[in-house]
Amino acid sequence: MIEGELDNLYQDIILDHSKNPRNSGYLEGATHSARENNPLCGDRVSVYLTVHNAEITDLKFEARGCAISVASASMMGQMVKGKSITEAQKLFKQFIELINGSDVGDGFELKELESLSGVKQFPTRIKCATLSWHALQRALESGGIQAKA
Amino acid sequence: MIMTALHKSGFPINDIRSDFPILSEKIYGKPLVYLDNGASAQKPIQVIKAISGVYEARYANVHRGVHYLSQVATDDMEAAREKVRGFINARSEREVIFVRGATEGINLVASSWGRANLTVGDEIILSQMEHHSNIVPWQLIADITGAIIKVIPINDAGELEIEVFQNLLSEKTKMVAITHVSNALGTIVPLEQVIKKSHDAGALVLVDGCQAAPHLQVDVQELDADFYVFSGHKIYGPSGIGVLYGKESLLESMPPYQGGGEMIDTVSFSGSTWADLPFKFEAGTPNIADAIGIGNAIDYVSALGLTSIMEHEEALLSYATEKLKAINSIRIIGNASKKAAIISFVMGDIHPHDIGTILDRQGVAVRTGHHCAQPVMERYDISATVRASFALYNTFEEIDSLASSLSKVKEIFG
Repeated sequence: MIEGELDNLYQDIILDHSKNPRNSGYLEGATHSARENNPLCGDRVSVYLTVHNAEITDLKFEARGCAISVASASMMGQMVKGKSITEAQKLFKQFIELINGSDVGDGFELKELESLSGVKQFPTRIKCATLSWHALQRALESGGIQAKA
Repeated sequence: MIMTALHKSGFPINDIRSDFPILSEKIYGKPLVYLDNGASAQKPIQVIKAISGVYEARYANVHRGVHYLSQVATDDMEAAREKVRGFINARSEREVIFVRGATEGINLVASSWGRANLTVGDEIILSQMEHHSNIVPWQLIADITGAIIKVIPINDAGELEIEVFQNLLSEKTKMVAITHVSNALGTIVPLEQVIKKSHDAGALVLVDGCQAAPHLQVDVQELDADFYVFSGHKIYGPSGIGVLYGKESLLESMPPYQGGGEMIDTVSFSGSTWADLPFKFEAGTPNIADAIGIGNAIDYVSALGLTSIMEHEEALLSYATEKLKAINSIRIIGNASKKAAIISFVMGDIHPHDIGTILDRQGVAVRTGHHCAQPVMERYDISATVRASFALYNTFEEIDSLASSLSKVKEIFG
């Protein structure tokens, strides 16, 4: 049972994303960015976005964190790229519902993100899974920076 | 559980363990292996019963009532102060101030002593391995007074760079605030040297003794420390209580930290006068029951004797060091020649949080993260470590459990 929960938390797909994160790095020419820290552990993630006509055309992130936080950021990038700001915010809400173990509202197919639902059995790790998402949310709320001339 | 012959004969490990009720708890169905003592130690039944005993039969407010229970509570609390005095060998109980914890003790000194004594360009020296609680209070007072903070670096092993320290000292140095034992690395700081050099330069020394008080014999007179702070909860006592020791002449010269009841002599709207030490620094109704509890914790530790405790913990440390070194991917952070029973380590590129979660599910409680010592993490260019910190009730078998739980980490992360 206990072992099962651990295996469910550290599924192969999560380990794969944490070891080979997609869209990792600094994004030149980003229009939006935000950094989130977890002061409890010192983990941090920066999310960089390029937004054109309210659509997230590119996303990269730099993360220093555990397997859960890196995998979550990696999956987030794949899911969010190409979506509109409104769609990304809906996805954010669905993801938070998934992680908190509440009913996930209608919206997108969560696909690989479903694999992170095991985190709900580990309350001390929820912040790890949501760190990059909060950075995304803040980057979007920041309204973006003036594009360089 | 039958303990092996590794335990030094005469050290009553089985009796000790049965004194700590929480040690028989099961965590996720597995026996608790509690190796997070550096964060907070568990409590023996003697302390637990003493605290409930206060509330059951001996409680009232202190230092004010004429009634019987007020006198009993006052006597018990002052008896605890006397136990603390003896424990650290202060000259007088007037030098023992009860505070919420070491953090409050440091804030008290930084604020009260700092406001009265620091001015623009004065220097405060800290070490690179301080806990945030011995950094931030000094930054706050430096901002107010214009004082400057200098930092003693540590070498790769986690030892203080004494020569650099010597060069940092000058007539501008007013305060050296330094840990006795590093909570993140386990390093035991050569305090005699540090204090001698500081005093030679005309500076005062505040020692953060949180990680030392449970493990080492502390003698504030022999050390010649000007201030020494520690927390009750790390020496098997209650949380929410701690001790600030200060030399009487210094405490006398310092203005009050907080105002209120208990700390006054007379109050009028034309001005107030302060109570004598130690009460000048104990505004408001104190944490009575926990102050008494810290006395019982000291009784517990003293009955075993710090010498036997040190021997036991040193044996645990060397056994654990050997066990962890045998695991290929593990790198121990902090290899000072003199260490308390704390081991910080990293394991390949597996994040300490993931390790902590996997150990937890096997009943093994360790600390993971930066240990409120981010400058230490920066020094070693890491974001976090796993820390196993040992106490008088830990066993060699528990270290075996730690090692075997770490193999589960390898299994998951490959």
